[in-house]
Amino acid sequence: MTPRNAPSSPAAPHTGAGLAVAVHDLTVAYRDKPVLWDVDLEVPPGLLLAVVGPNGAGKSTLLKAILGLVPAAAGTVLIHGEPLARARDRIGYVPQRGSVDWDFPTSALDVVTMGTYRRLGWVRRPGRREREDALAALERVGMAAFADRQISQLSGGQQQRVFLARALVQDTDVTFMDEPFQGVDAVTERAIVDLLKDLRARGRTVVVVHHDLQTVPDYFDWVMLLNVRRIASGPVAEVFTEENLRLTYGGRLGFLERKADPTPGPGGHDDPTASHFGRIRP
Amino acid sequence: MTWGTVAAFWSDYTLRTVAAGAAVIGATAGVLGVFAQLRRQSLLGDAVSHAALPGIALVFLLTGSKAPAALVAGAAVTGWLGALCVTGIVRSSRTSADSALGLVLSVFFGTGLMLLTWIQRRPDASQAGLDRFLFGQAATLLTADVVTMAALGGGAVLVLVLFWKEFKLLSFDPGYAALLGLPVRRLDILLTGLLVMAVVAGLQAVGVVLMSAMLVAPAAAARQWTDRLAPMAVLAAAFGAAAGVAGAVASSLAARTPTGPAVVLAATVIVLFSLVFSPRRGLLAGAWRRWRRRRDLRLHGVLLDLFALAGQHGDPTAAPHAVAVLRAMAAGGSVRRSLRELTDRGWAAHAGGDLWTITAAGRGEAERFLADRAADGQREAAP
Repeated sequence: MTPRNAPSSPAAPHTGAGLAVAVHDLTVAYRDKPVLWDVDLEVPPGLLLAVVGPNGAGKSTLLKAILGLVPAAAGTVLIHGEPLARARDRIGYVPQRGSVDWDFPTSALDVVTMGTYRRLGWVRRPGRREREDALAALERVGMAAFADRQISQLSGGQQQRVFLARALVQDTDVTFMDEPFQGVDAVTERAIVDLLKDLRARGRTVVVVHHDLQTVPDYFDWVMLLNVRRIASGPVAEVFTEENLRLTYGGRLGFLERKADPTPGPGGHDDPTASHFGRIRP
Repeated sequence: MTWGTVAAFWSDYTLRTVAAGAAVIGATAGVLGVFAQLRRQSLLGDAVSHAALPGIALVFLLTGSKAPAALVAGAAVTGWLGALCVTGIVRSSRTSADSALGLVLSVFFGTGLMLLTWIQRRPDASQAGLDRFLFGQAATLLTADVVTMAALGGGAVLVLVLFWKEFKLLSFDPGYAALLGLPVRRLDILLTGLLVMAVVAGLQAVGVVLMSAMLVAPAAAARQWTDRLAPMAVLAAAFGAAAGVAGAVASSLAARTPTGPAVVLAATVIVLFSLVFSPRRGLLAGAWRRWRRRRDLRLHGVLLDLFALAGQHGDPTAAPHAVAVLRAMAAGGSVRRSLRELTDRGWAAHAGGDLWTITAAGRGEAERFLADRAADGQREAAP
């Protein structure tokens, strides 16, 4: 299966030269079920890319595989032309909010300070400079007033902003965010959007797993449509088409059906992608 | 306890040794237990301590030695093996963590009991005392034992403090730790190793069966009193030391009482007290908060009724209303009691007979309450 509407690569994907993120032939399997199959992704620097796809499409797994948090069965990943081991200072990560125990005995400031641990190196403790940097990052997401709060006493949106601040403290070239908009309030959504634009203005690259198709054109420059395989990736204007969305979501695209056609469209259960991969991860 | 008893206590070599040993064990296990609890591995300590028994028996069978250092080394080896088995089983099969723990615990402990029974059936008398490792016998501690424990426990705590920030990140968000380039697997193994050290240090005094209580109880109690990691660790050390000393001394004073159960009882008292009386997470504090919330709701209900009634008149504070009217409006509860409580707060005033009226302060409070509610409504309506 060849990816449709794939953009002509701005650089050779094998060397990753000139690309912020270059993923080649990435395959991930949990036990013997493939979760990602032969995925390519090329992200030029300085843009905001959304990764969209149905539940179980492997969006979070794609991020984790790129970051080396789940083992890849095959494939290569280059960050600014370098393998992960040499690019660790250039990548930040905002995991899903549900991935940690928020009852952990620690404060918002403490969590953000964790973003300085890499530059501190082994054994050394965070000092005044690290705390000031962490506080400045909290300020940028409008959370400075909550610095000393125990993290379970924050709302979901505030917790999300704490995670964002932790990635900001790292001040990296490329940041990966896993569903930052999931279940947050309007204030937090605004704060995240402003932050994304600010990062782009400073030439940073952000790859965001996103679930709200409606806001993709507003918030992002590029989009990747993923359902175990890459369906398409490129500028939103070129790639974010109804045809590609049907290929990605199969018959489950309620958002388009409400807008266009109340009956299941041609991409319903007969769609080869949907039936094939629906079996792989129901 | 009189000064005379205290003096006698400190001049008694056995009691002093027992207390020092128990304090070291309790403090070490308390600190390591904090990390075990936060990583949801409290029961790993249980598997480790039970898995230590065959090691003790094997060392005695192979060398005939009852030297504490040798026995502790054997305990550490099989305890460590047990921990490795648990993580290995979880990683390489579909067995869940609790099944793996149960499996390792029972297999290792069963083997240990078999070896122990076999040793005790042998005709020579040299085996006497090995069974103290089952339930612990703090009264048998010698200065040399306490020194061994202090070295083990102190070493474990020292390494923990040295890599404090790494272990903290590992416990809170292992994925992020891996992203930052920390060797998560090796740190995990190291932390488990420290746990093994803390457990085997306490085996002679507390015993393999109940040693895990020293890991679980102090950490659980400490969590009730603080929302920060470092104070939690310090508190857990203090609670662990207190439970250790109380249990060990109690068992030493009463002849032939095993220390393990006494220590567990002491720790249980601390945990129960913390669960009930801690200021924020405690059961009493929770009940108090619920009671206040209900009272506020009841008072504000009556206050808002008064406010609504007053709003129907030109001069709002001058129009008193009968209790019967308010009772008809109220959702429940004693209206008269609520009115008295509102008067105490200066929000309502008794206008003689059965008549009550809202005050200016009461109007202010009602308006503030309504404004807060409106703001809450807006926040909740936001996506």
